[in-house]
Amino acid sequence: MNRTSMRPWAATAAGAALLVSLAACGAANESDASGDESSAGSSLSGTLNGAGASSQQSAVNAWKQGFQTENPDVTVNYDAIGSGGGREQFISGGTSFAGSDAYLDDEELAAASERCGGGDVITVPVYVSPVAVVYNLDGVDDLRLSPETLGAIFAGDITTWNDEAIATDNPDADLPDVAITPVHRGDASGTTENFTAYLAAASDGAWSHGEVEEWPIKGGEAAQQTSGVIQAVSGGSGTIGYADASQVGDLDTVAVKVGSDYVEPSPEAAAKVLDAATPVAGRAETDLALQIDRGTDAEGVYPIVLVSYQIACQKYDDPAEAELVKEWLTYVAGPEGQQASADAAGSAPLTEDFAAKVQAAIDTIG
Amino acid sequence: MTMTLTPPETRERTAPSLRTRRLPKAAVGALHGLAVLLAVAWIVGPADARAGLLAVVLAGIVPLWSRIVEGRRKAKDRLVTLLVTTAFGIALIPLGSIVWTVLEKGVPVLSREFFTYSMRNVVGEGGGIHHAITGTLLITLGATVISVPIGLFTAIYVVEYGDGTRLAGALRFLVDVMTGIPSIVAGLFAYALFVVIFGDGVRMGIGGAVALSVLMVPVVVRSCEEMLKLVPTELREASYALGVPQWRTIVKVVLPTALAGIVTGVTLAIARVIGETAPLLVIAGATDSVNFNLFDGRMATLPVFTYTSIIQPGVPPEPAIARAWGAALVLLLIVMLLNLIARLVSHVFSPAGER
Amino acid sequence: MSTTTETETRAVVRPGDRVFRGISSISAIVIVSTLAGVAIFLTAEGVPGMTASADQVKSGETFLRYVTPLVFGTLWAAVIALAIATPVSIGVALFISHVAPRRLAQPIGYVIDLLAAVPSVVYGSWGILTLSSSIQPLYVWLERNLGFLPFFAGPASATGRTILTAAVVLAIMVLPIMTAICREIFLQTPRLHEEAALALGATRWEMITMAVLPYARSGIVSAAMLALGRALGETMAVAMVLSASGVISVNLISSTNPSTIAANIALSFPEASGLDVSVLIGTGLVLFAITFAVNVAARALVARHREFSGAN
Repeated sequence: MNRTSMRPWAATAAGAALLVSLAACGAANESDASGDESSAGSSLSGTLNGAGASSQQSAVNAWKQGFQTENPDVTVNYDAIGSGGGREQFISGGTSFAGSDAYLDDEELAAASERCGGGDVITVPVYVSPVAVVYNLDGVDDLRLSPETLGAIFAGDITTWNDEAIATDNPDADLPDVAITPVHRGDASGTTENFTAYLAAASDGAWSHGEVEEWPIKGGEAAQQTSGVIQAVSGGSGTIGYADASQVGDLDTVAVKVGSDYVEPSPEAAAKVLDAATPVAGRAETDLALQIDRGTDAEGVYPIVLVSYQIACQKYDDPAEAELVKEWLTYVAGPEGQQASADAAGSAPLTEDFAAKVQAAIDTIG
Repeated sequence: MTMTLTPPETRERTAPSLRTRRLPKAAVGALHGLAVLLAVAWIVGPADARAGLLAVVLAGIVPLWSRIVEGRRKAKDRLVTLLVTTAFGIALIPLGSIVWTVLEKGVPVLSREFFTYSMRNVVGEGGGIHHAITGTLLITLGATVISVPIGLFTAIYVVEYGDGTRLAGALRFLVDVMTGIPSIVAGLFAYALFVVIFGDGVRMGIGGAVALSVLMVPVVVRSCEEMLKLVPTELREASYALGVPQWRTIVKVVLPTALAGIVTGVTLAIARVIGETAPLLVIAGATDSVNFNLFDGRMATLPVFTYTSIIQPGVPPEPAIARAWGAALVLLLIVMLLNLIARLVSHVFSPAGER
Repeated sequence: MSTTTETETRAVVRPGDRVFRGISSISAIVIVSTLAGVAIFLTAEGVPGMTASADQVKSGETFLRYVTPLVFGTLWAAVIALAIATPVSIGVALFISHVAPRRLAQPIGYVIDLLAAVPSVVYGSWGILTLSSSIQPLYVWLERNLGFLPFFAGPASATGRTILTAAVVLAIMVLPIMTAICREIFLQTPRLHEEAALALGATRWEMITMAVLPYARSGIVSAAMLALGRALGETMAVAMVLSASGVISVNLISSTNPSTIAANIALSFPEASGLDVSVLIGTGLVLFAITFAVNVAARALVARHREFSGAN
């Protein structure tokens, strides 16, 4: 028994060793990155941890790439756990910065100021992305809708595609007698919040459920995450939903009525919203929280946008951490970072004027 | 079944046939074959629902025919065999479909780069899952190291030492309750625990291992317990009769006899947790870089990688989604390898004469 | 049973036994304290949410009103899933252990074991991409032909992402683990019992009913409990597949479905903060209590058929 019983253990050990050795050496691309420090000439090093909105994740990935290439000794981590979780972890001191689809409310702001050692809280919008209204309807290619109609559709008051209200917006389209299946986000989400905020502001009462993070109506088709909405809309017939414009793919998007025009979602049209927005009153200068005018009728503005912030401290206990955060935000809000996220996530780059304001806030760190 | 079982079976099949009438084998085979063919044709595509209906009718003829020719008992046997085989066939459809989907979408992604690169500084195409493989192996190893001793010893306590006592009963019950802990709650619990010890915002691989252990321990206990209970008491009594102390009886007699089942149970438990997403997202976090240290910093894992790649693919989404399927395939391959090792162990270890 | 009396009657307790017993007890204590830890954590974090008044939380409902549809959905989905999975996995396990040729049985069992490891995300994606679209015509058919039953009242979902689809996905997810346990137990049936049955002239089915099933009964219930645990607590797959609205409805095929507790936690947790987190953790506590209750019921069920369980 004793003699023979060693063999299987040896086999197990060998097998386990095989598995581990498979993974034991570092990744091929990483040894390169840290190998040629001389070429980059950056003195920054360390790990920067952030957490928050999942909407920013694609953009953060692009920023990470750019930032880590410039500073090979830096590792940036971002957990896309959602805005609420991001804010909470930032306030509790678990992370150095937060990504959030909503700015801090007053209560959170007080707590965050305490976490920041009494200093001000930096809140900068870094990710502006149009939210597209997507639909899947055979034979109709360029649908145009007014906010009132849109509100009524999502509230469940307009139920067929050949409804008069839709026909008024689309005199040329051949609208079929098909039931409308509105698809909404089943999870709590900043996209839903921004979309309902638009409906509440612009639909003239057709949408009476206000601005909410979680879909307020029971019933109807619910889907998880942006990708789920896209799948549900493309999978059904007569479906309509809302999703981040960068993820739309082959689906048709609705041109939304603004003033007397119909505007298709585009990064340029979305960026104009920021210029028209007003800062939230009663906040520190470093807090660039914005009140977006969604009922606007200014020309060429696409009013359904998701504005996502990054939140950081003015003061950190560790000067190295402050330096990292400052450099990170400078990169993110700078032209390079904004271009990177525009390429990778289809976001709207900050306009020059606005970027200057953002930079001024970031410069106060340290 | 086993070799020893075959003789009585064949005797049953041949000897009584001298007197009782039996269905012609060829006809039964033909009917079954045709039914399977039609069913496959219906599921795979070329034929419509009528083919499926016909398949049911064809397969149903056999037991009816058997009722007339062979009698009630034999007919019932044939009917049940048919049902059991059909259950198997039904189970194969979705399982086959899933395996096929993973293979179809995962295989094209596999490449040298896919295994040796991490996702650090990769946007769009390229990159690999080296970091996630490392993380998954280490965290799962950690979870196994924690849960198997605890689970096995608890099972031993319940079956060998405490059987019939009130404490063992309570323990069994608690373990059952533990199976019902939702994975996300396990993750939150581990996070809360580590926050108490290490402070806010803690992320480490070992936390993931602890969270997975919470999910894994009950599976290990439950399956080990069942397997230990099935060891015939005669074996234990024979050992005691020879003056062997109880603990040596457990080590030398009970455990080896139950080994095949225990190993399957442990492998199943690993398989159960290795694909967990939610708890790891909470406590182990996600990173793009390789991290070998279970006790410091975030670790990427294959399920979390798959999840984030599918949910947040970026622009364009195709490469990320392809990587997600590739990661799912690699996860399957890892489990397959573990399974092979486990089978090897149980095969060599099982006492001679066991199946 | 017999083992404990043996140690008591023996005068000398060996040090080895003492050590072994010690380690076993420590393991048991670790398990109990973990469970207690989880319970304390859930209670401490959840109670503020459970006692919060309606206007303090985002949902604008009292906890009881908030959680009732979720409890219904959780049980409903798990029960349907188990109703589908139990007969199928017993069938598959029997097929592998007693029907299929040995040569075929082993690789099949092996493949099914593997499927327990498919991440729930993959099940979820498969559920959306493949299952829901291929099962949707069936829903239309059900609505047209069996629409008089409340279960199939419709209107049939346009995407197929209904509670029945979610239950089917759950059933498929629990199938491997249930099959594997049942199979192992069937294989452990004392060979002498089987051979005795066959020698008396029993057909294979009669042998199974006389020797295998009675012997395996407690194991089957255990397997079902494990499966139920997984079905009740499954998060990601349900969250991805189900079009959930938080209503109470027995309608299996419409796009307005009850949500489940675990899926609801996963969907709402990321964007929740403050008291809303407590509410969600409170629902987790409720799920915990449900599992508790289900297990009490199962235990009572098994206890009635004790004669064959245990090392007899």
